[in-house]
Amino acid sequence: MSEVRRSRSAAEGDAYRDPSAMDAASDVTRAALAAGRNPRRWGAWYVAEHRFRVMRSYTGTVVVAGIGSPLLYLYALGVGLATIVDGSVGAEPVGGVSYLVFVAPALLASAAVTVAGEEFTYPIMLGYKWNPTFSGMHAAPIRPQQVADGVILSVAVRMLVNAVLFFALMLVFGAVPAATGFLAIASAVLTGLAFGAVLMAYTSTLEEDTGQLAMVMRFVVLPMTLFSGTFFPLTVFPIWLQPIGWISPLWHGTELARVFTYGYPEPIWLTVVHVAYLVAMFAVGWVWARRIAVRRLRK
Amino acid sequence: MSQPVIVARDLVKRYGEFAAVDGISFEVAPGESFGLLGPNGAGKSTTMRMVGAVSTRTAGDLTILGLDPDRFGPEIRSQLGVVPQADNLDTELRVRENLLVYGRYFGLPRKLVAERADELLAFAQLEDKGKAKVDSLSGGMKRRLTIARALVNDPRVLLLDEPTTGLDPQARHILWDRLFRLKEQGTTLLLTTHYMDEAEQLCDRLVVVDKGTIMAEGTPAALIRRYSSREVLEMRFGSDRNADVAGRLAGIGDRLEVLPDRILVYSENGEAELERITGAGLHPITSLVRRSSLEDVFLRLTGRSLIE
Ligand SMILES: Nc1ncnc2c1ncn2[C@@H]1O[C@H](COP(=O)(O)OP(=O)(O)O)[C@@H](O)[C@H]1O
Ligand SMILES: [Mg+2]
Repeated sequence: MSEVRRSRSAAEGDAYRDPSAMDAASDVTRAALAAGRNPRRWGAWYVAEHRFRVMRSYTGTVVVAGIGSPLLYLYALGVGLATIVDGSVGAEPVGGVSYLVFVAPALLASAAVTVAGEEFTYPIMLGYKWNPTFSGMHAAPIRPQQVADGVILSVAVRMLVNAVLFFALMLVFGAVPAATGFLAIASAVLTGLAFGAVLMAYTSTLEEDTGQLAMVMRFVVLPMTLFSGTFFPLTVFPIWLQPIGWISPLWHGTELARVFTYGYPEPIWLTVVHVAYLVAMFAVGWVWARRIAVRRLRK
Repeated sequence: MSQPVIVARDLVKRYGEFAAVDGISFEVAPGESFGLLGPNGAGKSTTMRMVGAVSTRTAGDLTILGLDPDRFGPEIRSQLGVVPQADNLDTELRVRENLLVYGRYFGLPRKLVAERADELLAFAQLEDKGKAKVDSLSGGMKRRLTIARALVNDPRVLLLDEPTTGLDPQARHILWDRLFRLKEQGTTLLLTTHYMDEAEQLCDRLVVVDKGTIMAEGTPAALIRRYSSREVLEMRFGSDRNADVAGRLAGIGDRLEVLPDRILVYSENGEAELERITGAGLHPITSLVRRSSLEDVFLRLTGRSLIE
């Protein structure tokens, strides 16, 4: 049964390349084949356009969250808390840089994860269930996989805008000593998407929200910040607690951002591991989210 | 005659062991208005989703515009307008925006979509609601907006799943009027309904569906001729007396139907039957002679009333 279904959906993807389909086709059939071309190619983008329009209705929140919260955090932690940290323990525990420089790239990465937490939870429940716009897209020529792709694409753009704003403020605060700093924008988006794609896939499996999403926020998103070396290095924990950090995408993303913004010293292989881990996590989440989209929309 | 737009042969959809659609066959010709009539749970929406190329069939053959939906879903859907049973307008967007984003799904240029959006708002009599929030619209307006949205790609076939369920009579008539115009313009309509009057108003031809199978097929008039009579006499004798009286009505009319609350007499001439009955000394509390309708057909075919 699932064999059959898989081969069918594979066939749908290939339909275009089958020249026999055009043979003996009537005018209406030919018109349909022609009209399917754009949606097959650009469908995900059309979905993203829709999502941008929805996001526009909460531009206020996006901008305030995008500028306001980094301002608040950079100032409070980087300037306020830093006077205590730098004064009392010196620069040694955080790798020889000021506390502001240490904490800023971590906040950049964690801001992307926050956006993921907002965009890949309730909006996904809405789209599948509460206000099933995803079914509407699918009733138009959009394929379920393109629904998932388009949502991810739109959130990636929001994360990018967010990270650029955040990074600009970091520059203003003098928190980016290294010239490679701008790469932290890319690593932040990757971090947000790695976590976000898996979160989206999970949310997509929910038929009903009976508190699971609140649990995810409380017991995954929030603690992740504590165990990801955001405010203090992961190494302050005993070794048996450190694996929590190793599985956390935010830890990898934070370490990566530090390498870029101030040349945090770590072996090159570890930097490669950070990137590979995030890419792999994103890939798994993405493929999974697409599968669930097919299962839920093509029922 | 030109090729049918929709061909379904022995169409089956199973959810686990349960067959929601259990071997349905029908064809719809270009420009035809075809109805699926049946009670809740008959399998109408499931059939519509398969025809709409969003649900894969378990067995049987199905082509829409000459294409197999399993392989050419997006191509088929590019030619359809779909009005689902439950509205799925984006409530986070304004009325006109709903048309704008939807038009893009068909790969149409923004400018064209914007023009069509304005035309369709006029068609749906929502010109002055373009900037309104979707949730501020009445049920009938939402339905009209959903129909407008379904027309944004200038579809060859319009699928309407219970277009007027839950609407008040006035809203329903406005909607029928809009659908009638589309029909006149040559749009092929496939619609489901559990309203008899709707089927009689809008369908050139229909199938009566129950429990996933087709019970009868034909034009509304032909079905009424075949499964009912020209007129129906409805009488109420009081719920405790109906069954008792029915026993004394042998030989009256073509056929009798005894329901808990009333007795139906099927006949060519309802008034004449009523005279015979009162002549025999039976006096109903209320009586009514009406034209026979698809409701009677359904009752005849399944022994059940259509609406709940
Ligand atoms: N996704 C589904 N999973 C399981 N059963 C379903 C599903 N969709 C519909 N059904 C069942 O199939 C039957 C037919 O449903 P439907 O096509 O919606 O009927 P109608 O539209 O005629 O009221 C119903 O008994 C319904 O419960
Ligand atoms: Mg239904």
